[in-house]
Amino acid sequence: MNPTRKRRMTLVLLIVAAVGIAAALTVYALQQNMNYLLTPSQVLSGQGADYKTFRLGGMVKSGSLQRDAHSLRVDFAVTDGDHDLPVEYTGILPDLFRENQAVIATGHMDGGRFVATEVLAKHDENYMPKELAEAMGKAHAKHHVGAAAQEPTP
Amino acid sequence: MNTLTLWLHKLGSPPTFYRFAGAVRPWLLAAALLAGAIGLYGGLVLAPADYQQGDAYRIIFIHVPSAWMGLFIYACMAAAGFVALVWRIKLAEIVAMECAPIGAAFTFITLVTGSLWGKPMWGTWWTWDARLTSELVLLFLYLGVIGLYYAIEDRRKAARAAAFLALIGIINLPIVHFSVQWWNTLHQGSTVRILGPSHIAPSMLWPLLAMALATKLYFGASLLGRARVALLAQEGGKDWVRALAQPEGSRP
Repeated sequence: MNPTRKRRMTLVLLIVAAVGIAAALTVYALQQNMNYLLTPSQVLSGQGADYKTFRLGGMVKSGSLQRDAHSLRVDFAVTDGDHDLPVEYTGILPDLFRENQAVIATGHMDGGRFVATEVLAKHDENYMPKELAEAMGKAHAKHHVGAAAQEPTP
Repeated sequence: MNTLTLWLHKLGSPPTFYRFAGAVRPWLLAAALLAGAIGLYGGLVLAPADYQQGDAYRIIFIHVPSAWMGLFIYACMAAAGFVALVWRIKLAEIVAMECAPIGAAFTFITLVTGSLWGKPMWGTWWTWDARLTSELVLLFLYLGVIGLYYAIEDRRKAARAAAFLALIGIINLPIVHFSVQWWNTLHQGSTVRILGPSHIAPSMLWPLLAMALATKLYFGASLLGRARVALLAQEGGKDWVRALAQPEGSRP
């Protein structure tokens, strides 16, 4: 490689490396500020206090979903496994919304309740046919029952 | 010099590339159409409905291959741009610049199909999460490269300036890819993985891979065709172009 090309290559690589490092530092610095959502644990530990409105993310707690018979109002609890937060929402829910489904709600805290203005369902990365999902669900249920049966009763 | 390097050197010369691209392009296009037909039939007819999303998930057979192509073409453009900047090869400049509109089109398709899917599934057309935002930045980078290329009069200077922008923008590629891991996003994580098991049933995976192959082949065909036209436009008046035009010109 002749000297001119070598010089050009070094220059180009240096600039790209410099921009890369700058971008990496920016991304690293934004890590905390770029959170799209807060989990119930984070909210309960007071991290939501800085925001007027924020996004709450987690799973819809199994058995917590209650629909109002006369309006579009729904009440449910969002959980991250450690803590739950009650949520109320009035409006149309997306197709994927159900219990044990990951959701992201936008809204604000009103006392100990989160009042949502928008509820989005987060899709997971799994794609499978219905038959397979049912078969897996059955296997899963069996496993649960089996595991429960094995547990020693006090 | 071994045979491969010699062949690459020869391919760098415009007349050789012009002939080579003209010969290869129809085959690539035919293969792309075949793979695309198989992939679409497999995806839209043969593949079973998803357990949660029903038939609406079938948009992934367009959305995911397009998204992969958006990233892949950008990497190709940056690599060709690097060669153009360091070695000043005219063909590399043309290849880099002709990548941009194809990549922009794929990125646009990704954003539109994602939006169409997002409304019924997530409940919103658009949200400013890290994946969606970085994908939009990718589209703007493509448009910036195209815009810069056509804003400068001198074709070769324009190509080098735009190639530089393309090279800087490569920073965005890992951000797009890893955004779903680095931050909490509404967009789900990667379904298909090169390392480790994919989170998709085999009956849905093969049409997806067929579509990925089809889009790659189409990109090859489209790029060769565009590069041929751009070469003719830039090399107009040179002997080899004149020789190409002669037989047609001498006809009555």
